[in-house]
Amino acid sequence: MNQTDTIERLESLIFDIKHYSINDGPGIRTTVFLKGCPLSCIWCHNPESFSPRKEKMYWKSKCIGAQECVKNCPNQALTLTPQGIVSDNSKCSLCGICSEVCPSKAIEISGKNYSVAELLKIFEKDRLAFDQSGGGVTFSGGEPFMHYQLLMELLEACGEQGFHRAVDTSGYTKTEYIINAAKHTDLFLYDFKLFDSMKHKKYTGVSNELILKNLKELSKTGAEINLRIPLIGGINTDVENLERSAIFIAELAGEKKTVNLLPYHNIASGKYKRLGKEYNFKQLIEPFEEEIKQARDIFIKAGLTVFIGG
Amino acid sequence: MSPDNQINFTPPEKQEKSISNDPGMNNRIKRLRKLSVETEASISIERAVIETNFYKENYGKYSIPVLRALTYKEICSKKTIYIGAGELIVGERGPKPKAVPTFPELTCHSVEDLQVLNTRDMQRYLVAPEDIETYEKEIIPYWNGRTQRERIFGHVPEEWKAAYEAGLFTEFMEQRAPGHTTLDGKIYQKGLLDFKKEIAEYIARLDFMNDPEATDKFETLKSMDISCDASIIFAERHAQLAEEMAAKENNETRKAELLKIADVCRWVPAHAPRTFWEAIQMYWFVHLGTITELNGWDAMNPGHFDQHLEPFYNNELSEGTLTREQAIELVSCFWIKVNNHPAPPKVGITARESGTYNDFTNINIGGIRPDGTNAVSEVSYILLEVLEELHILQPGCSVHISSKTPDKFLKRACEVIRRGYGYPSVFNPDVYIQELILQGKSIHDAREGGCSGCIEVGAFGKEAYLLTGYLNVPKILEVTLNNGIDPLSGKVAGLATGDPLTFKSYEDLYSAFIRQLNYIIDLKVEVSNYIDRMFAKYAPAPFLSVVIDDCIAKGRDYYDGGPRYNTSYIQCTGLGTVTDSLSVLKKHVFENKTFGMEKLLSALEKDFEGEEVLRQTIVNRTPFFGNDDEYADEIAVKVYNDLLKAIDGKPNIKGGKYHLNMLSTTCHIYFGKVTGATPNGRFSGKSISDGTSPSHGCDTHGPLAVIRSLGKLDQVKSGGTLLNLRFLPGLLKTDQDLMKLGSLIRSYFTLGGHHVQFNVVDAETLEAARKNPEEFKDLMVRMAGYSDYFNDMNDDLQTEIIERTINESFG
Repeated sequence: MNQTDTIERLESLIFDIKHYSINDGPGIRTTVFLKGCPLSCIWCHNPESFSPRKEKMYWKSKCIGAQECVKNCPNQALTLTPQGIVSDNSKCSLCGICSEVCPSKAIEISGKNYSVAELLKIFEKDRLAFDQSGGGVTFSGGEPFMHYQLLMELLEACGEQGFHRAVDTSGYTKTEYIINAAKHTDLFLYDFKLFDSMKHKKYTGVSNELILKNLKELSKTGAEINLRIPLIGGINTDVENLERSAIFIAELAGEKKTVNLLPYHNIASGKYKRLGKEYNFKQLIEPFEEEIKQARDIFIKAGLTVFIGG
Repeated sequence: MSPDNQINFTPPEKQEKSISNDPGMNNRIKRLRKLSVETEASISIERAVIETNFYKENYGKYSIPVLRALTYKEICSKKTIYIGAGELIVGERGPKPKAVPTFPELTCHSVEDLQVLNTRDMQRYLVAPEDIETYEKEIIPYWNGRTQRERIFGHVPEEWKAAYEAGLFTEFMEQRAPGHTTLDGKIYQKGLLDFKKEIAEYIARLDFMNDPEATDKFETLKSMDISCDASIIFAERHAQLAEEMAAKENNETRKAELLKIADVCRWVPAHAPRTFWEAIQMYWFVHLGTITELNGWDAMNPGHFDQHLEPFYNNELSEGTLTREQAIELVSCFWIKVNNHPAPPKVGITARESGTYNDFTNINIGGIRPDGTNAVSEVSYILLEVLEELHILQPGCSVHISSKTPDKFLKRACEVIRRGYGYPSVFNPDVYIQELILQGKSIHDAREGGCSGCIEVGAFGKEAYLLTGYLNVPKILEVTLNNGIDPLSGKVAGLATGDPLTFKSYEDLYSAFIRQLNYIIDLKVEVSNYIDRMFAKYAPAPFLSVVIDDCIAKGRDYYDGGPRYNTSYIQCTGLGTVTDSLSVLKKHVFENKTFGMEKLLSALEKDFEGEEVLRQTIVNRTPFFGNDDEYADEIAVKVYNDLLKAIDGKPNIKGGKYHLNMLSTTCHIYFGKVTGATPNGRFSGKSISDGTSPSHGCDTHGPLAVIRSLGKLDQVKSGGTLLNLRFLPGLLKTDQDLMKLGSLIRSYFTLGGHHVQFNVVDAETLEAARKNPEEFKDLMVRMAGYSDYFNDMNDDLQTEIIERTINESFG
């Protein structure tokens, strides 16, 4: 599969829906997390978002050893060991029976299909809070553009319903997708990780030419763009990277751009364990207070509006 | 303030301010606050000794109301007067700060009680050994057999006792007088001499020829008149002491302050206050009077204090006799006075349980005026500022956010909430005014009303709205599931409503539960009515009656139907626990037949021992209240409506009615201790859900789902509901976050919410969450771009977040 391709409509998997979301755009928001991402940033907080497929998650702390999963698995993929339930993924068909029979919800399948109508019904419930706070709906991921067809349907439907729409994207998608989406999006939360393409490839798995090109094109449409820059000590907090990023962003077309600096937090290792994945968090460093201030000053100097966090 | 005796307030130490980063609190306030916070609570037997001696000599000579008033006068005339160094607002109920008197006429502490109070770990009250001796020799022998408590317990039927001992309900009036009163603005317009005139007019109008109650009215009015004299004497004694102290004072500034205090105490409470200072001192003398004559539950409340003080503030500010800083200093002095008054301690078994020092004075800030307009003024902001700076246990504060309240005020309130002191709580006047009107109040009286104690509403200055006790609703279900037996004691505690194994449907079970509920409520009401009469007859409150309309006009005491409105509340606790339990029974036992009644009952009996699979199934596979889930919410609405049906509108014997209240204060903890395992997977002894909040950890869909669930209850039909929401400081970092919190509040209030309070979680709570993950399933930790349930994080992460939270704390 080409990395910018979208996956089929039926496979539109959502791994989480968060209510009272306050860091994903203005006001109180409901954020939909779509599964699957063409990038694999080593600092990613949502490892369940990597794969565009369903995945099994296991919480050892919740497991009471009832073995309902072992007994009911049609493929005999599960065994109880002193280390908890172990899954033979070559046998697992991700049918989800284990998660349904587990009394303590120690196994869950990450990734669920929703129809547009189902999602609208969920958003509708939060409308009062959106209206009170100037909030709305945010589509995040993963990379929401991996579900381009669903995303467009949702953006159009939300527009008809009068919901404020934000799209949180890595920018790594077909240019035409992002330009088309701009017609139906009120705000882009656009990730801007590293200016140097080699480093970008090293830490995220892809080079950034397409991301920067899409950002340029998007800015020409007059779209409102909030650039989101994670600050990770030792990776992108050096002055050179920040200055070049700031200049690039400042030179973009359009008036409506703001920058949010997101200091990295070392808090996702548990999620990795649940998925049975390795987390390289030991090489990641939280930025120092001075580094954050320095970064902020660089962006301010470039004439940009900067927020820390959020 | 006349220019020649103008007081030189301690100027705010600018230098020190910037160093200590402690804006506003000047040295005087710092000192007084420190003294108040650091002084240990103690028992003073002074009041008991004066009262006992007076009763010994005078019991039988006077009518009871007059005897009570004369007792109060005796106390005011003889008790130790205290004026502390640097104080501007004066007066203590005891001989010094934090010294709490006892009220042996209501409930007499035994020697053992006093020893327990003196030695218990939590909420200790120091008692001097010689005082215990005096109690043993002089106080206890006199009151033995004569207390209100003995009168009450001597009367109650066996069925009531059985239910009471099982913990199906509590009784407020067994240890303290019915209280919880709030004032309107009349004491800022009239002095006690004016009230005396009014009393004299009503005495003159008494028709001894035709009115069979004229004699009783005469005695009652006379008692009110005497109690006014008593309070004036009390104030005069402060004036005298202040003058004596001034004569000896070398510091000219303090000397002038003391002379000013003497002036103020000679003017109020005899006359209506003229200045901001006098207005606060006026309230404080009235407050002290009511909590000295009796020990009414939930102390006394000034009500809409900002509205009462606003005219004085505006006048003096424009005349140049008061600055904002001086106003803050005076309000702070008052604040500390309230904190100097811990709640009077209980007796018997309840003395062993640590309670709280809080006596629940609840100052209402903001809201609307009697004419329906927005009431937020500069004084509202001053009160919030003092609350934020002093952050002491008492007084409690609430902000009142109507659709007319400006966002600026809401945001300022959210800033204080963010600090995590637990104050202020947030109320919705648009809903509670409807509640009050539904109960029969005029629109003016309803708008002048508000909330006192925890969340209960009343018409301020015109109503006796008495809490009669908490009802343990989950326990009622427990007794129903045991056919009238309390499984913890094996004794009969309720009605035999049928063997649950014979119930064919959920409806069978539910109707048995409702029969049990009605039986218990009727038991409670019957005894409450009896207690009401006992207070009217033996423990009237003449001074309180003076300041509550229409006691003077009716010639009737506060406890005897004198007020314009007379409401009795029954506070129902555990809606979340009982809803979730019923949901389990409905879904698993009757509908899906996941397990049978027998299996469930036996698991409950064993406190789920060896039944972890069953319990996990319950906890994880049942629709629970607070998630905007129709299945569970429908049950909650039904239970709520049935509670209303059982309670609302039952007549009390003062011409008023019983109404439903949904508060718990801390009683859900006590109720939890006396309730065995419940069908919702709750272990025996664990606390039940509080107020109308979802069960701990069972609301897993965020605050918006919680408010939608709560919004389904027709809250205007109650006299108050309670919602606790837990928030992490991380959710309240920026100004925008505060506005979002404000929007959440407005959303809930649009849905018809009565009250919400935010528990901004500290590191300590996170530690607790780590130890008891199940009770904190709803606890969400949010950091930049990432969020997860705290519960779901591993140990290292939790440690890190706890550390982070400590770093992030806002105090």
